Amino acid sequence: MPKITYIENNGKSHTVEVDKGLTVMEGAVQNNIPGIDADCGGSMACATCHVYVKEEWYNRINEKSEGEDDMLDQAYDPNKFSRLSCQISVTDEIDGLVVDLPKKQ
Amino acid sequence: MIKTDALIIGAGPTGLFTAHQLNIIGLKCEVVDNLDKIGGQCIELYPDKPIYDIPAVPECTGEELTKNLINQLKPFDVKFHLNERVDEVKNEKGQWHVKTNNGTTFSTPNVIIAGGVGSFEPRKFTANECEQYEGKSIFYSIKDKNIFKDKIVSIFGGGDSALDWAVELSAKSKVNLIHRRDEFRGAQSTLDKVYELEKEGKINLFTKYQLKNPKGNGRLDSIDIQHENKEIKNLKTDYVLGFFGLIMQLGPIANWGLNLNKKTIEVDTEKFETNQKGIYAVGDICSYPGKLKLILSGFHEGALAARACFNLARPNEKYRFEFTTSSSSILKRLGKKSD
Repeated sequence: MPKITYIENNGKSHTVEVDKGLTVMEGAVQNNIPGIDADCGGSMACATCHVYVKEEWYNRINEKSEGEDDMLDQAYDPNKFSRLSCQISVTDEIDGLVVDLPKKQ
Repeated sequence: MIKTDALIIGAGPTGLFTAHQLNIIGLKCEVVDNLDKIGGQCIELYPDKPIYDIPAVPECTGEELTKNLINQLKPFDVKFHLNERVDEVKNEKGQWHVKTNNGTTFSTPNVIIAGGVGSFEPRKFTANECEQYEGKSIFYSIKDKNIFKDKIVSIFGGGDSALDWAVELSAKSKVNLIHRRDEFRGAQSTLDKVYELEKEGKINLFTKYQLKNPKGNGRLDSIDIQHENKEIKNLKTDYVLGFFGLIMQLGPIANWGLNLNKKTIEVDTEKFETNQKGIYAVGDICSYPGKLKLILSGFHEGALAARACFNLARPNEKYRFEFTTSSSSILKRLGKKSD
């Protein structure tokens, strides 16, 4: 099972195994990782599952969905490595992915 | 002070069906919502997205669901207080005294919180220093556009609100429009207008910039904005407007003495009552073992909470379970003739 590491804004790191086919958001919610709210449940309507993908991983994950950048406009403190974690699919290729969580959602 | 049998906080699908259930059993209710329209998340977040798991409705959008729920309430007299947020809930001799941010007050034995994930609030700037200017030089919505006349206004955001206001205010103010990337998501016609006004020198456009810091002494003088490549620019400005959409926050509910679990309120599964007698929570905002955040679960929770309200609203009467198909008193409430 692919391993994903979520690093909270305070530096606390959580590495968990996430089933293939889930999203990075679902991996966080199912493992009770604080810092990802996912208010809308993954319908790309709220920008509360915002993460910063580590630079070396940014081009290795699936591309942004249509409209994802529009939602990221509303996210807290977005930068060029910002993604909505509900739009990142978990596959074998992203085994080892590291994402940083923003100060708040 | 408005007296009612039950006050519902939240006009989303769960709040609407709970109002229906209260009226079916002969209780009056009023509904408060912080948004300017009825429908909650269904209308604010996904009006056009199809929903496939409403029982007996194979497919409908958030907007259609809301319309049908409003139709279902037509036989009843339910008063809605929109654009109002409940700020205070206090117990006075067994009654709950509820006050909104507009000063509307209610006295009721029953308060049902159907607040979804909380109330929708504007998203704010990241820099903490912005707080001290909020409501004076920094705004997230516009109440009186006349204050911007002949002033420098810096507008942040990339959607319709930011673009519409940039165009509108550019007639009488000097406008800076600042956005974190160089694509905008507003209507193309408005965007064309913005580019036209930029050429005419009426709007200054800064893309790939975000607000770094407000500067001033009580009153705002200028702002530092930072480019994606870290370069910083200082812009003289009198006012700053931020249009980043809405976020749901628990807000004042956190201060009402309720047992909370993360962003949800703990309830029992018989009455959906919280740790406070006469305060219930239904829909996405409540939690109990096995809770599912589905609209259909909210309907069930609202139906049970409504029955629980009966005992406090009508202490001298006994609640009798009846079906809408056969009860003459329910049919009368619905304005239908019984056979």
